[in-house]
Amino acid sequence: MIPQAFEYEQPSSVADAIAMLGKHGGEARVLAGGHSLLPMMKLRLAAPDALIDIGRIASLRGITDTPDAITIGALTTHAEVAGAEVIASGCPILAETAAGIGDLQVRNRGTIGGSIANADPHGDLPAVLLALDGEATAEGPNGRRTIAAADLFVDYLQTSLSPDEILTEVRVPKASNSAYVKFNRRAQDWAIVGAAAVVHGSSARIALTGVGSKPVRAAAVEAAFDGSNTAEAAGHAADGLDAPSDTAASGEYRAHLARVLVRRALEAAMAR
Amino acid sequence: MAIASEQSKGIGQAVHRKEDRKLLTGKGRYVDDLKLPGMQHMAIVRSTHAHADITAIETSQAKAMPGVTAVLTGEDLEFAAGVPCASNPTGEMVHPVRPPLAKGRVRHAGEPVAVVLASDRYAAADAAAMIEISYSPLPAVVTPEEALADGAPRVHEELDSNVALVLAHSTDNVDDAFAKADVVVKQTIRNQRLIHVPIETRGVVADWNTASDELTVHSSTQVPHFLRTFLAIVCGVSEAKVRAIAPDVGGGFGSKLNAYAEEFVAAAASRKIGAPVKWIEERSEAMLATCHGRAQDAHMELAATTDGKVLAMRAHYVQDYGSYLQMLTPLISQLTLLMSPGAYAIPEVDVTVTNVYTNTVPTDALRGAGRPEATHAIERIMDILALELGMSRTEVRRRNFPQEFPFTTAIGLMYDSGDYEGTLAKLLELSDSKADFERRRQEAAARGKRLGRGLSTYVEVCGFVPSDVARSALGLTPGGWESSTVRMHPTGKVTVITGTSPHGQGHATSWSQIVETELGIPFDDVEVIHGDTAFAPYGLGTYGSRSLAVGGTAVHLAATKVREKARLVAAQMLEAAADDLEFSGGTFSVKGSPDKSVTMQEVAFRAWQAFEMPEGVTPGLDETVFFDPPNCVFPFGAHGCEVEVDEETGKVEITSYIAVDDCGNVVNPMIVDGQVHGGVAHGIGQALYEGAVYDANGQLLTGSLVEYVIPSAVEIPSIQTHRTVTPSPTNPLGVKGIGEAGTIASTPAVVGAVCHALGVRDLDMPLQPETVWRAMEKGGTA
Ligand SMILES: Cc1cc2nc3c(=O)[nH]c(=O)nc-3n(C[C@H](O)[C@H](O)[C@H](O)COP(=O)(O)OP(=O)(O)OC[C@H]3O[C@@H](n4cnc5c(N)ncnc54)[C@H](O)[C@@H]3O)c2cc1C
Repeated sequence: MIPQAFEYEQPSSVADAIAMLGKHGGEARVLAGGHSLLPMMKLRLAAPDALIDIGRIASLRGITDTPDAITIGALTTHAEVAGAEVIASGCPILAETAAGIGDLQVRNRGTIGGSIANADPHGDLPAVLLALDGEATAEGPNGRRTIAAADLFVDYLQTSLSPDEILTEVRVPKASNSAYVKFNRRAQDWAIVGAAAVVHGSSARIALTGVGSKPVRAAAVEAAFDGSNTAEAAGHAADGLDAPSDTAASGEYRAHLARVLVRRALEAAMAR
Repeated sequence: MAIASEQSKGIGQAVHRKEDRKLLTGKGRYVDDLKLPGMQHMAIVRSTHAHADITAIETSQAKAMPGVTAVLTGEDLEFAAGVPCASNPTGEMVHPVRPPLAKGRVRHAGEPVAVVLASDRYAAADAAAMIEISYSPLPAVVTPEEALADGAPRVHEELDSNVALVLAHSTDNVDDAFAKADVVVKQTIRNQRLIHVPIETRGVVADWNTASDELTVHSSTQVPHFLRTFLAIVCGVSEAKVRAIAPDVGGGFGSKLNAYAEEFVAAAASRKIGAPVKWIEERSEAMLATCHGRAQDAHMELAATTDGKVLAMRAHYVQDYGSYLQMLTPLISQLTLLMSPGAYAIPEVDVTVTNVYTNTVPTDALRGAGRPEATHAIERIMDILALELGMSRTEVRRRNFPQEFPFTTAIGLMYDSGDYEGTLAKLLELSDSKADFERRRQEAAARGKRLGRGLSTYVEVCGFVPSDVARSALGLTPGGWESSTVRMHPTGKVTVITGTSPHGQGHATSWSQIVETELGIPFDDVEVIHGDTAFAPYGLGTYGSRSLAVGGTAVHLAATKVREKARLVAAQMLEAAADDLEFSGGTFSVKGSPDKSVTMQEVAFRAWQAFEMPEGVTPGLDETVFFDPPNCVFPFGAHGCEVEVDEETGKVEITSYIAVDDCGNVVNPMIVDGQVHGGVAHGIGQALYEGAVYDANGQLLTGSLVEYVIPSAVEIPSIQTHRTVTPSPTNPLGVKGIGEAGTIASTPAVVGAVCHALGVRDLDMPLQPETVWRAMEKGGTA
């Protein structure tokens, strides 16, 4: 649990942070809550030359409510997301998901931006952002751009952010009929499988955690769903999936869980 | 200074633990808190192969790294002996020699191969990453089945096979009993491999003074005195020059009832470089290289009559030793053999234990050490017998309880005292009626949940161990006594020096309670010193739920001796005959004239002054007692629980848990409840969550706490603790152990409940959701 030596920098603005990332030429990493990055460094799975600690950049914090969407600063913690009234009423899936991440310490340190940028296929927020059809804003040396969730998650721990870009905020549409159901062995654990459902009348967007190298849409369920056939549509949740096997669960069991959890998520979303 | 009885903190009171303020406010002192001048930090490079020859170790780059003092391999350190094993059940077992740092060959992934000593942990870790070890891999045997197969590669080439030892015990008429039986049930019952996971990992600071040749070792250990003896033997130094200290220790669960390679390496490295050496184990090392536990399969067979009387038992256990013998590796399955009949009077038994080497981490004591394995196997097969007979699980048990105590089993153990009916009756009284349960079961079914109930009626053996039994029956190197000094200072305050070595058990509290009761001085006037070989006469440490029954008894006896000597001094002071004195509330008074009295404190001062001492009485009040118990003690009880299984996912929730334990007289009910809570949580961990898994090449897949799932507070139900009290005749306090009982009792109760919910005979632990889901998919008729 001893990381390799690294430099530590503490920018006070996004522009500074981008400049520092540039200076280290791709060998620096942004540090947000540190709850994914530091464990990886301690296990020597990551060994950046420098950490650019964005924790002091005030503009990256905070929640903004607009009529159809909510914008959340990248540094907003899971605890803040879980506790925000606008999110609980406007986008309950997000509040519920943030409230179910890890334990209290993790929720007090971990950030929404860090979770999205980390793109862990077992992390809860990527699938939720995908189901919501949300987007992320990034700033880099070439300015600012918006990336749709569908284009953001590339592969295991890989996003389409470039190494010199900073994710500044996350934007989610309001969606009151939405729910995330997470299955794990122990209360504060990572999901074995999670299902995010966002229902608009007779259509639904569904995404899954823990069944591949990145969060995946359950396209077959979405195609089959007609607003009333929850159980039948959920039966397609594992169509075309090649879920991984590990010590937590076999691929077969993950596929089974996907079907059960998608049904439960659809039911919960529709009951809201 | 007599203290009013309502303020008593003596035996029987639920006194808050003395230790807690310090530990809970962060004022504890653990090994890692220790910093010595010039201290170097050790990082260990471990084998990445389960079985391989080491062909080259390239250290030059590491040696050139900044801050590095030395890089050492097996060739650089000389030891007088290998890592010790203190158990030889037959006296004829061959102990393979294991050098503390591997020489030439490694036999499990995680075995220490080289060490770096550097000025800080970071430099040490960086340099360790630069060491290159070349291996020539050998075929590995990872499971006992593989190890026992014809032509299997041998873990130790010098042995004929991978069978380390076979133990057997049988009575004369087993085959007859099976032939006559109305029913025979058979089942293989598995105890999976577990990892201890104490909050504090291992750690050691070794300080070898090369000028005086004195060695001081601070270690997170349960057994400082054993450690000192073994350091002397392995490092080849006079035991009189070795001091071992266990500071505050953050849990052990048996993993620190050991003397490890790393402790010897740290000592030898300190001698080599002439500076103190600190090693703090990382969590991933703790998973990979600290001993594991359980890893035992039981092939059980019971022969019974239609009315549920068990006539005979055949039990064949296969114990996975792992790659080497740790301190007590062979003892563990031996204890399984001894407790194989459990709480039942089974007249005929045929028990064998086949102990097998594999290319995995050595197994050794883990909370319960062999008794949970035995209990799980017998409790599960009793449930299966009940199912076969169509009889209730409680009734089958009741029909086989021994009726009179002491009771000698077919194995030859003498259960000291018991009332097994009593604890079972109390459990049933506290549990819902069958009708209530059936009603709730139907309601739950409508919610997609399957309800089940399970129970266990256990007995366990603890309070280890009469020294002659240690030798003749167990083949242990050490005996099983314990020592204590009770020293009353001139002001009447007391220091207790105990040979026990608490690491969470609250001995400072319980021992103070015993002293208050014996000497009538306030609980708060007693200080307890433990864990330092420079102070204690010698002690065998804390494990096997022995501390109160053996060490607590030594405290009691030493305190009694102090009181009886004080009585002689008081008699002189009061100009009365010693026999004419009464002792109550810390005051000696003359029978019939209560105004003629002296307090214990006044007597202490006089004994220290030694003015006008009675004829033949030496100065001071300072007594040391070594207590060797005449028998072990046998706590028992009945645990019951109810579970809810999610029909779709297989996830199990424990909805109620009742523990009825009998550990004889209770010194501190709060501590006993705490031990039961912790023990039950640990047993639930085995039943539902934990399991160490190796892949086919002997790589540990559950190498972190993400993969190796231990339950958290959320998963542990509210536990109702209840007791009956059947004093032990084995010691004057009438006490038995309680540190492991919860673990022993809970695992079969929980598994029994899940099997009941599903309507299956048995399931292999841990009952993680997928396992349970698969059993339901198969239609619940496994
Ligand atoms: C014990 C434990 C349990 C957990 N359980 C869960 C769980 O149940 N569900 C779950 O979803 N997560 C869980 N997590 C992960 C937690 O949510 C992390 O906080 C999160 O994944 C990362 O957020 P962070 O702010 O800590 O990011 P960091 O660890 O600081 O960074 C993570 C990665 O993202 C990059 N990064 C961070 N912020 C930015 C940014 N603004 N722009 C560009 N790159 C950035 C970093 O460079 C790094 O590569 C758990 C973590 C722990 C330690």
